[in-house]
Amino acid sequence: MTIFVRRAEQFGLIVVWLALIAVFGVLRPDTFLTWPNFSTILGSQAVLVVVTLGLIIPLTANDFDLSIAFVMTLASMTVAVLNVNYGVGIGWAILAALALGCVVGVINGLLITVFRIHSLIVTLGTGTFLHGFTLWISDSMTISGISPSLMNGVIVDRLFGIPLEFYYAIGLALAIWYLLDYTALGRRILFVGRGREVARLSGINTDRIRIACMVVSGFFGALAGVLYAGTQGAADPVSGISYQLPAFAAAFLGSTSIVPGRFNPWGSTVAVYFLVTGITGLVFLGFSSFIQEMFYGGALVVAVCLSQLVRGRQEQQF
Amino acid sequence: METALTVAHPEGAPAVRPAALHVWNLSKTFGGQKALDNATLEVAQGEVHGLLGQNGSGKSTLIKVLAGFHPPDAGSRMQICGAEVPLPLAPGAFRQHRMSFVHQHLGLVPSLTVLENLLIGRLAERHVWAINWMAERRRAIRRFESFGIALDPDNRVADLAPVQRALLAIVRAVDEMGEETGAGNGLLVLDEPTPFLPKRDVEQLFRLVRQVTAKGASAIFVSHDVDEVMEITDRATVLRDGRVVASLMTPMASKTDFIEAIVGRRLAVAPPPAPPQARGRKHFMVHDLSGGSVEGFSLDAGPGEVVGLTGLIGSGYDEIPYLIYGAKKVDRGTFDLAGRGIDLTEMTPSAAIVRGIVLIPADRGVAGVIGQLPVSDNVTMPTIGSTVRRWMLDRRGMVTRARAIGERFEVRPTDPTLPIASLSGGNQQKVVLAKWLQMKPKLILLDEPTQGVDIGARQTVFRHIATAAAAGVAVICASSDYEQLAAICSRVLIFVGGRVVATLEGAAISKEAIAERSLGGAG
Repeated sequence: MTIFVRRAEQFGLIVVWLALIAVFGVLRPDTFLTWPNFSTILGSQAVLVVVTLGLIIPLTANDFDLSIAFVMTLASMTVAVLNVNYGVGIGWAILAALALGCVVGVINGLLITVFRIHSLIVTLGTGTFLHGFTLWISDSMTISGISPSLMNGVIVDRLFGIPLEFYYAIGLALAIWYLLDYTALGRRILFVGRGREVARLSGINTDRIRIACMVVSGFFGALAGVLYAGTQGAADPVSGISYQLPAFAAAFLGSTSIVPGRFNPWGSTVAVYFLVTGITGLVFLGFSSFIQEMFYGGALVVAVCLSQLVRGRQEQQF
Repeated sequence: METALTVAHPEGAPAVRPAALHVWNLSKTFGGQKALDNATLEVAQGEVHGLLGQNGSGKSTLIKVLAGFHPPDAGSRMQICGAEVPLPLAPGAFRQHRMSFVHQHLGLVPSLTVLENLLIGRLAERHVWAINWMAERRRAIRRFESFGIALDPDNRVADLAPVQRALLAIVRAVDEMGEETGAGNGLLVLDEPTPFLPKRDVEQLFRLVRQVTAKGASAIFVSHDVDEVMEITDRATVLRDGRVVASLMTPMASKTDFIEAIVGRRLAVAPPPAPPQARGRKHFMVHDLSGGSVEGFSLDAGPGEVVGLTGLIGSGYDEIPYLIYGAKKVDRGTFDLAGRGIDLTEMTPSAAIVRGIVLIPADRGVAGVIGQLPVSDNVTMPTIGSTVRRWMLDRRGMVTRARAIGERFEVRPTDPTLPIASLSGGNQQKVVLAKWLQMKPKLILLDEPTQGVDIGARQTVFRHIATAAAAGVAVICASSDYEQLAAICSRVLIFVGGRVVATLEGAAISKEAIAERSLGGAG
């Protein structure tokens, strides 16, 4: 009985996802159930997967990073400004963007640990600041004309008909899975998140771990920005905002599956594709784009309720 | 040896004035155990009445019955100013009887201002749609002036000195008492308000209490501290094992009378401290440690020695393990273990672990275990990355090892994949012990190692401590359980006001001796 409940929790989201595909497939067999549609879904949402993967690292350490989506926009804009306006080589532009993401992570981490401010407040502030900064360096304009080699490496080149960026996202999920589950560092992040005082008294440098987690999320945010620039061939100064909430929704929804009760990369990846499938299907059924906000917002609330139920049951289970 | 030393009513006391509070036949049974057994308490109008007793003597149960928190057993009786009050009291009903409580933690909101704190009770109970802040402020200032207290209504409570907070809490309690229109002049119950106050400030608090009682109200002063009780009270009631064992006229009683009533036997002239035995080579040494409420603590001990630290709440003994471990800020002090010295201001938990020092904290839920995580994760926490492979963690091996360690420490149930929160308190403590003893420490720091631990697990904990000590590990155990200290320690240091005031060794260690020295203070 308990093993059945556990399996249902682990794979429930995947089953619901497949059911959703089946329903839309039956309703719109000609448009929804086609390979181009799937490869578009898998490819175009890699950016969201990377943002979500970046989020679950600080979330595991019980810190929020609200600035991640703004780091993403800033990074894509940095690539565009350097590459298009200043003619910097695309490789150097990407490196600069990634470095910038790490710097933002260090600043976030230091503000959180040195001044003992809640991460929610720190990253709300830094994120908003970065948003303004992005608008400033871009003159609030979309900058296009980024070197096509980036686009080739991200979205144009395909493997089995799916853009390369999908494989990048899966590779990152693999890396995070290894980090969180199979390294001492990953365990320490979990200890810091679940019992900060216990971790501290066990000799773990909790401040250093928390800073490192913010650096990882900053790096992933920047990486998502680079992928975004590659997907669009341009940088849009307000693009990040539409990724913020979906990423949180996916992270929390993902924490209810695969490894229920923990933020985990596979659950998050499945959750992203579940959400996107739902939205794409609803749009195919004729809903206009407002459905996207309603679906993401609703999913976040449902996901948090579900994860609370999972945790609650875990505590009372035995 | 149950000598009940009773002193009759004061001779000059006018018998016509009914007592401000009279409870009698008061019993309270918890699961077959009598926390209060036919207790009596009589507080005259205008007097300060002490209520004393050790932990578990029934003091707090009595206070909670008055507060309406516990219903007493049938047959218990209560009169306020001569009027019969039916028991049990509903929670909060004490207000209608003009009683008011100040508990140890004062019930102030630190981030709010003095004035806001003063009004909390009133705003919580009634709907006020237009608060006249100016008038309230003026009223508060007048109030503070009338008691001769320097308090700014606009200050944040967090910025006040501890004694100012206590004074504020008392003024608030007196105000709330004055707002009701019940019989009598009011009864202020001070439930151990002093342990965290510096000694020099306690006098301010006493002055306020005297001012309050001078206006006709009465006060009950609950305390562990015999000196304070002797200074402020007119009479005192002493509880032991739920019974009233003495009712003393304070001016006529000596400190020995009080201590004897609390501890339960008269000690012959205190035996001179045993001459320090020639101890083996020194194993560790703490020198001139100050931090928190601890001042100038020094200690050295040989291998295999179990040193107990104790004292009353607020005396600082329980901070020592955290200070040595680097978990709490140290002002100054040095430490030396097996020839390796360190300035304690630079100590951190990880540096302590590297040196072979481990800490088993008292607050298991917050500092000891991570409840949602499995037993295996909790056990491997300090070894992960050192003895356990750092990359490509051998997850199955970790569980197997955790199972083996758990078996050695008799952890039940044996499945290490269960979340540790599903284990009993005793078994959780065994896991914590296993977690740290697997590190093969040289010095074990314990804080209340058997708090919330059942009797069987307690034996396991003791046995492992004894085994470790026999193998040459030094142990420091901070505990308020005198019986436990007497059972496991070869030396017990007793703290008063952040300093060691007495040391008991060998045969001189007994539950009673520890209690007496803790209560006796520096004198």
